[in-house]
Amino acid sequence: MNTAAADAPLLQVGTLTRTFGGFTALDNISVDIRKGERFGLIGPNGSGKTTLINCISGALKPQVGSVVFCGEDITQLPPHLRARRGIARSFQIPRPFRSMTVLENLMVGLDFAAAGPAAAEEEIAMSILTRMGLASKAGAASDTLSQVELRKMELARAMAVRPKLLISDEAMAGLSSSEVDEVLDLLISLGEEDITIIMIEHIMQAVMRFSERVMCLDAGKIIALGAPGEVMANKRVQEAYLGT
Amino acid sequence: MNKRSHSIAFWAAVAVFLVAVLSMTQIVRNEYPFFAGYVILQFIALAVAWSILGGYAGYVNFGTNAFFGVGVYTAVALFKATGAPLVVQIAAAAVVGMTLGFGVGLLTLRMRGIFFSIATIALAIIIETFVMNWRFVGGAAGIQIQRPPVMAPFDSYVKMLFFVQAVLVVIAIAIARYVQNSRIGRGLQALRDDELAAECTGVPTLKLKLIACMISGALISAAGAPAAMYLQYADPSSAFNLSYSVSALAMALIGGTAHWIGPVLGAILLGSTQQLLAVTISSEVNVLVLGIMLVLFVVGAPKGIIGLLRPRYRLRAGGKQ
Repeated sequence: MNTAAADAPLLQVGTLTRTFGGFTALDNISVDIRKGERFGLIGPNGSGKTTLINCISGALKPQVGSVVFCGEDITQLPPHLRARRGIARSFQIPRPFRSMTVLENLMVGLDFAAAGPAAAEEEIAMSILTRMGLASKAGAASDTLSQVELRKMELARAMAVRPKLLISDEAMAGLSSSEVDEVLDLLISLGEEDITIIMIEHIMQAVMRFSERVMCLDAGKIIALGAPGEVMANKRVQEAYLGT
Repeated sequence: MNKRSHSIAFWAAVAVFLVAVLSMTQIVRNEYPFFAGYVILQFIALAVAWSILGGYAGYVNFGTNAFFGVGVYTAVALFKATGAPLVVQIAAAAVVGMTLGFGVGLLTLRMRGIFFSIATIALAIIIETFVMNWRFVGGAAGIQIQRPPVMAPFDSYVKMLFFVQAVLVVIAIAIARYVQNSRIGRGLQALRDDELAAECTGVPTLKLKLIACMISGALISAAGAPAAMYLQYADPSSAFNLSYSVSALAMALIGGTAHWIGPVLGAILLGSTQQLLAVTISSEVNVLVLGIMLVLFVVGAPKGIIGLLRPRYRLRAGGKQ
């Protein structure tokens, strides 16, 4: 598609295979993700989406294959070193640091992943919170947040890592449609400032509106990869994913 | 903003405490308060040290007795072999404790929750068995220690040990306070809340846990080092007694682990109660009281005394201290 771009892709996933016992969660997955791309990842439950991003973020290591980020092979790196290189993620079920305030949650990423002067950290954290619409909650205990606020904090905390690549794992699951739009607008605006985003999502309108490219997984294999419209029109995708 | 003034207040309090302890040893003639006070100070040091791994990182270490016993026997072995002075014994115990913390941490800190705790219990048993069969330090029968002459300005060895343990308490608290307010403290708190999320936010969890385990181990062993001189005797079953683990854990939890002051309060409360009961009723009642208080606090105040004092207490809420 993008033959004009001379620079190498931001993320290269090569022949990735991950099994759990006898179950193959990922089967020979290869995909390149370009710098600044908004990439949608879809597939039915159990198709390997979360396993794939676990392999990218380092929570899991694949048995076969490689993950190359910014030209560096990071397949064997632990998650915290990947975070420092600029890979951040949110979790499908929010995993806040419960004993901390919202602001402190962000400070963890700024303290450990994003190198910078300590004095500016609090300002940076506040500016991220302001963007996420959470500024008024900065001092609130993170276990007092509502579901949508938790989702936003997950994204805000990922942003505090100052990522080049942001992986959003079903950040909109369980939200009302107006909340979905709110979070989606946030993600799109992040994409506009040179952050590459991989979004896992079940909500189709969101995927269609957000993604420049969509990849559909089924039973650990790529069954479609391309423009959102093409992928949705694909017969195998409709069979696997939409259950028709 | 007020971090500096907090620091000044902290070190002023430390100075006042040490001067008070020193004057006490010069003024009070009766030895008993020092004999009892030593035990309380020892438990403060143990609870604070335990809390660095058990509280900040949330890794419940049942091996306090292993580190304590290692401290005792490092001092004993060194004293018997070379007649090294107390300060050297303590420093050596800290080094050995830190090394043990590193080794044990490397082996066990990949385990989570209860598995880590069980592994630390096993550790104490292994080391105790080893010491029981080590003839040089008396084996299972134990060893008598002849105290060297006391040093000026102290007029009794117990008073000197009391002062030394007070210094160890100050060191333990100063280190715990530093850890709590540093990046390490924030990282430990994050990994206690959620290890995977911490890792994915850039926190080097294994490294921080190892650091916590090494610091905690060094401080526990150091606190145990003077014990043989205090009792003029050491034997494996008392040096590696599980009650050190239970007490340190109970004191830290009852005080609250979110702030270094928690274990201090818990140790003062439980330690004094125990000393009082040992004199007035019997030393066996101690254990009962410990158990009852732990149950009461777990049910009624899961965040400990500091949780009662400051609802929703937070490690770094507002101004650090």
